[in-house]
Amino acid sequence: MQNKHETVEKNVGLFFLITVLAISIGGLVEITPLFFQKETTTPVDNLKPYTALQMEGRDIYIREGCSNCHSQMIRPFRAETERYGHYSVAGEHVWEHPFLWGSKRTGPDLARVGGRYSDDWHIAHLIDPRSVVPESNMPSYKWLAETSLDGELTGKKLETFNWLTRNRSHKDENGKAIKLYSDEEIAGAKDAVNGKTEMDALVAYLQSLGHALK
Amino acid sequence: MSSFWNIWVWVLTLGSLVGCLILLRWCLKNFAGVKEGESMGHSFDGIEELNNPLPSWWSTFFLLTIIWAFIYIAMYGLGSWSGLLGWKSSNQGILNLAESKAKTSKYLHKESGILVQYDREVAQADEKYGPIFKAYAARSIEDLASAKKVDIDFDTKGELTEQQSALLQAKEALKVGQRLFIQNCAQCHGSDARGTTGFPDLTDDDWLYGGSPEAIKETLLEGRKANGMMAWEGALGEQGVKEVAAYVISLSGRSVNPDLAKAGKTKFGMCAGCHGPDGQGSLALGLPMGAPNLSDNIWLYGGTQRAIEASVRNGRAGVMPPWKDILGEDKVHVISAYVYSLSQN
Repeated sequence: MQNKHETVEKNVGLFFLITVLAISIGGLVEITPLFFQKETTTPVDNLKPYTALQMEGRDIYIREGCSNCHSQMIRPFRAETERYGHYSVAGEHVWEHPFLWGSKRTGPDLARVGGRYSDDWHIAHLIDPRSVVPESNMPSYKWLAETSLDGELTGKKLETFNWLTRNRSHKDENGKAIKLYSDEEIAGAKDAVNGKTEMDALVAYLQSLGHALK
Repeated sequence: MSSFWNIWVWVLTLGSLVGCLILLRWCLKNFAGVKEGESMGHSFDGIEELNNPLPSWWSTFFLLTIIWAFIYIAMYGLGSWSGLLGWKSSNQGILNLAESKAKTSKYLHKESGILVQYDREVAQADEKYGPIFKAYAARSIEDLASAKKVDIDFDTKGELTEQQSALLQAKEALKVGQRLFIQNCAQCHGSDARGTTGFPDLTDDDWLYGGSPEAIKETLLEGRKANGMMAWEGALGEQGVKEVAAYVISLSGRSVNPDLAKAGKTKFGMCAGCHGPDGQGSLALGLPMGAPNLSDNIWLYGGTQRAIEASVRNGRAGVMPPWKDILGEDKVHVISAYVYSLSQN
């Protein structure tokens, strides 16, 4: 047998192809099947779509990089569920685009933060975190209370989510897919958020987290 | 997992492992036509490439990792096969909490043959801590809280009378209650339970919904939602807001502009529905709406003229979240005992 290895080493295109093949196997085995599994594509019974205001709040959560310090993924360890509640399951996240699981916890996990604090607490905490948690190192987000939403794109966002979740929505009794948002909701999205502050939206989003598993 | 995806996972996983083995074996052979350790025939700047074999420590470790992969698969499974250990980290396929509970009890009854790591962890902890919390819950909140005032003047390591061990248990319960308080309640009420603007002080005798053990426990279990004070700016006007605020300040004996207070008093009738005719608060009237006592100089939202005017102008509505589903009744009982003990001096 001649020196085949030399052929690989001296053809950068071939080497590239073989490298891609080698590193794709892990993804093909561990990720690809998940797109087609019932347990990772079926929404949990009580999963509800975000309202227009919550959807805007979610975008502010993404914009401000909240997921850099807060995870939304309760792992199945007792030490963790004692503090945060039932561990997260796939069916709670099937409508998330993108996922906001995060990978770092400088602050606490927020997967089930909804209902744990009052709206007043969230507002006080976002304006000045140390006013309620003296040892907190979270930055202040006080401008959120001063900037308001116009809702120009809210309807489009809801429409986009209808399309993104088209194969993973709840089914009615005839097995027909129920769209996340009706045409009226999309048409009314602008009015639902217009004039609200970014603070209102973010608090509405935070209060919506974690109620799907009931 | 459908049989297609099952085959997909098996073929790719085992195929790549065998592929690695073949590749390793192939790379260990010398195809260069040059003896091991001799020059490959080219040099650059005096640096020469020699035909050195793969280091044996490296190829040995590579081989060991491949062997380990087979052992790992045999223990923990592949595709739909759950392996020789029958192990799973958690129940991911659940669609509601009832299903989650049903699967957990299935582990406990050992029917499924699958060991769910999380369920086992919880079952073991319940076995260990469950009886402790049950024992605390069996004693009344007053009983547990009364231990706060009693000092321990005996050797806790020696033989204890029934009374002494009951005292120790109650002291321990209060400590547990404090830790649970710090973990779950301190974010609003502060780690010293003295509260902050908008979040009540729990160490004084001033209560919105009652300071009896039963009322405290109910507050923790079910939460409280103040009826909510409406914004009075529209009805009163800015001058009216100033007048009512002046009257409210005068209720706790502070000096105010008497003309303003007098005018405020005539408008206070609207406030009396919740706060009472003398501003003594809804609790004193036996009403459940959580309207604070205005005559005691304790101010939930600040007692400066400016803060009181802002409360009248914009309204207030405090919310205490319910904890029954998050903590469970036994833990709430212990926290209630701790909170009750704070105002028992």
